[in-house]
Amino acid sequence: MGKIQLTQVRKSFGEVDVIPGIDLSIEDGEFVVFVGPSGCGKSTLLRLIAGLEDTTSGTIAIDGKDATTLPPAKRGLAMVFQSYALYPHMSVRKNIAFPLKMAGMSESEQAARVERAAKVLNLTSYLDRRPGQLSGGQRQRVAIGRAIVREPSAFLFDEPLSNLDAALRVGMRQEITELHQSLKTTMIYVTHDQVEAMTMADKIVVLNAGRVEQVGSPLDLYHHPQNLFVAGFIGSPKMNFLAGAEAAKHNAATIGIRPEHLDIGAGGMWQGTVGLTEHLGSDTFLKVTLDSGEVVTVRANGDVALHHGDRVALSPQASKIHRFDASGKALA
Amino acid sequence: MARAQSPRRRLIATLAAWGVALTIFFPVLWMVLTSFKTEASAVAMPPELLSADWTLENYAEVWQRSDYPRFFWNSVVISIGSTLLGLAIAIPAAWSMAFVPGKRTKDLLMWMLSTKMMPAVAVLIPLYLVFQRIGLFDTKLGLILALMLMNLPIIIWMLYTYFKEIPAEILEAARMDGASLWSEIVYVLTPMALPGIASTMLLNIILAWNEAFWTITLTTTKAAPLSAFIASFSAPQGLFYAKLSAASAMAILPILILGWFSQKQLVRGLTFGAVK
Repeated sequence: MGKIQLTQVRKSFGEVDVIPGIDLSIEDGEFVVFVGPSGCGKSTLLRLIAGLEDTTSGTIAIDGKDATTLPPAKRGLAMVFQSYALYPHMSVRKNIAFPLKMAGMSESEQAARVERAAKVLNLTSYLDRRPGQLSGGQRQRVAIGRAIVREPSAFLFDEPLSNLDAALRVGMRQEITELHQSLKTTMIYVTHDQVEAMTMADKIVVLNAGRVEQVGSPLDLYHHPQNLFVAGFIGSPKMNFLAGAEAAKHNAATIGIRPEHLDIGAGGMWQGTVGLTEHLGSDTFLKVTLDSGEVVTVRANGDVALHHGDRVALSPQASKIHRFDASGKALA
Repeated sequence: MARAQSPRRRLIATLAAWGVALTIFFPVLWMVLTSFKTEASAVAMPPELLSADWTLENYAEVWQRSDYPRFFWNSVVISIGSTLLGLAIAIPAAWSMAFVPGKRTKDLLMWMLSTKMMPAVAVLIPLYLVFQRIGLFDTKLGLILALMLMNLPIIIWMLYTYFKEIPAEILEAARMDGASLWSEIVYVLTPMALPGIASTMLLNIILAWNEAFWTITLTTTKAAPLSAFIASFSAPQGLFYAKLSAASAMAILPILILGWFSQKQLVRGLTFGAVK
């Protein structure tokens, strides 16, 4: 079991309301990602769930029981930290066994569980090493091992891949997703990287200034953002926004169109000049300055033959235009 | 980038360092040399660096005239006892100041440090009277308490500095792993801060061993440590320099050996955290 229910959870540090009041339901077995820009309160929210911070008001229920005032160890949750937070003076074996030792488990049971976790995480040959003798990816696996041996009701990940290089990050991302699929335990994952959020989550919670902007599946957020913030945050490269006369034509204060939903071709309704071009091989990103003065990003295929200064005509796919009112809310 | 240093500059710097080191060490050397001279040679004018007739008589007489093992044992008990008691109080105190600081933690630390600036003689009479009233005068327990209290600000300050270097996330991880506060301190914090704790311990043993003001004032015979042993050789009849030097050499020898073997640890501990 790993159902977590937040009801009007509020956190303030002195006068500053970091989280003004959040209601959120996380179902058993879900992979939920908290995503948002730096300082949006996502890590604080995770720490509140973990019990590492006290709530100012509101309740946190875990598996139907009020856990708001329970100490971290009594919540049945395990956490993986950004800095790995391994015990440097202990071997990998002792690091992984530490929560079991604290739980008063017998030595033989500890050894069996450590062996099992090490096998799952490919750490068997490193069990007698110290964390200082491991690479970043191996350390992260030890941190995950320490979390899984406890067989918690939910895992909490606080930006666990931020300290890894890009290639390793992709590998670990897949490993964590596979781990979730095999364990089927609730996972809450904090990241500022929307690609991580999109690729890993069953459900994404987009946070901004301590508020939940939208909750939904990755594709739901991609296709149906409820406001300008979510529309701009989800998707890479980010959505293009146009205001003024162009938006007025669609009865909106602002319209949004994703770079992949702009077609290049003669007869396009928006004329412009190509500025920067970024060739990624599979795709080419073009920065086009429209004649109206706005700059939009276009995702074209990898071998498009357009260069700086070329004139282009762009057509937005009509069904993919997102409309927003003056307050930034999406219009139906 | 490493700074280039000419051989000449290096030679001057080496000579200067040796000069300073020998100046600091000279009184100790003089004391040790004097301890092997006769009383006449010890007070000869002009002073003799190396005596013509070396003798071990001073050591023999000092050993016969006084109960050195008792003074030595008292020093051991008092210095180690006060340090261990101090650590037992300071580790939790420094933990709370480093990891759960309040609004006034910095002020509290400064206040504690400021007590070290107070002249000890200011509290001599009240402490003397209190010790006499409650039966702690001339007891090892009394001196352990007094020296522990004198050195507690330094122990807390040192440990606080070491603890601040330990990432709070590691302690949070321990909490998530089910560690109680006690387990967190015993299994995680203490082993991680061991170099710092060891150097704090060594420094405080040395400070307590060398302490003379309180140990001489608050004892007579029973609990008197080696500092009182040295003082007992300055008799009203006059100073017997050779014997006094022999007594001093015997008093400092154990701590000198401890300092010699632990100097690497001491230096490491004292510079801990200076460079990240």
